[in-house]
Amino acid sequence: MPSDSALSIVWIYPDLLSTYGDQGNVLVLEQRARLRGIETETIHVRSADPVPEGGDIYLIGGGEDRPQILAAARLRKDGGLHRAIARGAAMLAVCAGYQIMGSTFGGEEGQPVDGIGLLDIASTRGPARAVGELVAEVDAGLNLPTLTGFENHMGVTRLGPGVKPLSRTLVGVGNGDGFEGCYAGHVVGTYLHGPALARNPALADLLLSWRVGPLAPLDDSAYEALRQERLAAVRPG
Amino acid sequence: MTQLPLRAQLASALGRSAATLSRMTGRGDGSVIGGRVGLLLEPDLLRQLARDRKLALVSATNGKTTTTRLITSALLELGEVATNAFGANMPAGHVSALSQHKGAPYGVLEVDEKYLPEVLNTTGAGVMCLMNLSRDQMDRAAEIWLLAQKWRRALSGKPTHVIANCDDPLVTWGASTAAKVTWVAGGQRWKEDSWCCPECGGPLDRKDADWACRECTFHRPEPQWSLDDDSAIDPRGQRWRLDIQLPGQANRSNAVMALAVAEAFGMPVERALPRLREVTSVAGRYTTVERDGRQARLLLSKNPAGWLEAFDVADPQLPIILSVNAQGPDGRDTSWLWDVDYRILRGRPVFVTGERRLDLALRLEVAEVPFTLCRTFTEALAMQPPGRVDVIANYTAFQLIRSEFGRAV
Repeated sequence: MPSDSALSIVWIYPDLLSTYGDQGNVLVLEQRARLRGIETETIHVRSADPVPEGGDIYLIGGGEDRPQILAAARLRKDGGLHRAIARGAAMLAVCAGYQIMGSTFGGEEGQPVDGIGLLDIASTRGPARAVGELVAEVDAGLNLPTLTGFENHMGVTRLGPGVKPLSRTLVGVGNGDGFEGCYAGHVVGTYLHGPALARNPALADLLLSWRVGPLAPLDDSAYEALRQERLAAVRPG
Repeated sequence: MTQLPLRAQLASALGRSAATLSRMTGRGDGSVIGGRVGLLLEPDLLRQLARDRKLALVSATNGKTTTTRLITSALLELGEVATNAFGANMPAGHVSALSQHKGAPYGVLEVDEKYLPEVLNTTGAGVMCLMNLSRDQMDRAAEIWLLAQKWRRALSGKPTHVIANCDDPLVTWGASTAAKVTWVAGGQRWKEDSWCCPECGGPLDRKDADWACRECTFHRPEPQWSLDDDSAIDPRGQRWRLDIQLPGQANRSNAVMALAVAEAFGMPVERALPRLREVTSVAGRYTTVERDGRQARLLLSKNPAGWLEAFDVADPQLPIILSVNAQGPDGRDTSWLWDVDYRILRGRPVFVTGERRLDLALRLEVAEVPFTLCRTFTEALAMQPPGRVDVIANYTAFQLIRSEFGRAV
């Protein structure tokens, strides 16, 4: 169980859903908390283990079709994540993990598979794989700078009335309807795969601030240099 | 060897001419273009060129080129060997390799993981060597469980003798439909892609080298060969000190695999092993280049498992230059940098370059590894004191360094 004093970061099912650099989100959150003197405790929850419900920030990553289906079934049966979110925990759900949060998603043959219903979204398998850099303007309600990252998925995600789009897509595919990702309460879902927070430190800070309140600014020059280079490389014009 | 049909002879000859032209004009080593021309003229060329030869196919995520080279060195004891020594590992490269050695009774072909089923079906190879499977260039490569599943389907019902690393659960699963398997305990350094049972998705329990699924019967088979530190233990229990010149645990593992393959061709360890010891550098890997009194040893590393292997080889007493690109052959997505644990580099002078040096710079900053950012490899090398330095680079970054120093390394 998470201890009372430290900020607990719970990484859900790295054995199933950690295909490509998903660990980066854990490392970035740890670093940005550490630099501000906030003690953190990271819990890796393997798929055979129960999901603790007392964590602060939950992370779930991307993965192949089969592990995604297994992860959804186990999370539904476990129920710990649902209880944690009901208690006000923050979550970043990435790619396959994002799709799992909805009511349904497309399996390896495109068949509908039940999600876990934590976000009001429904996903299907799209006609072609979306692979490449993604740039998107974040919803004004969140007050965040432009999103930048890499997407690699076949999903098309329809947002229901219970969520707001995270951002409007400028480059790339995202949800497939001109928007990328979604959020509701303290839960954020995105198709920016892998280490999304490394390219979007302000999003990392948003997750942290939801649990610990206002944060001191950091020297973000290494993050900023990478962001500017990537944005300049892919932005139209 | 039986004579090739006229059309195949013509296709093969024209392919070789195209390859020569490509080399002469400095466009490459010619092994891809030559094969493409041949296949265009005779789509059945690979099957015809493979007929009546004893072939070994070699595949894995890491170590394909090196293991292909080791096996080739051993089999040269038996006679002429056709091989794609420079890593052109798709059918065009295979056609080119076999065309160049039309009379060779043996062939050792490095095969891209995705193309393995197709190449096995086409060539009907008698021997196949499978070492490891891990995450690699996800923006263009197939998911590895799907790859292993395709291997299973391709091997099922064929007489192919597979030599496979039973320390890698996914490779074990991919190989286990074969009619005959020789299991080699070759070790597995990178374990992040094998926490789940490939058969049922249940958790894999691991104890030392052993592994077994908690929920089904899938488990590690008993190895016939194994690697124990610097020694190979053969199926009769005899211990052979490897003493190869290629550095690192990954290459000792490749060497044991090569010995097992050589034995499948009827060659005993005492004849094969001295041949493996002669190999010092493979397509530029592990080679040392020199400029202005600085000796830079080049290590190629294309994915997280490969970086672990390179860290095993790199000398902790030396400065290290890291170069990362994200061109097509590297994968355009640099997310994998976050799967590599760079903390092992703390305390060494670290220099960062390559087209995606800013991605690596941030990664190192988060890992609290101090570094110096350099615009080019030349600049990074010039910053070194005279003496030795290690270099780890991914694919196109590595090739760029090699071409700067001339490809004859």
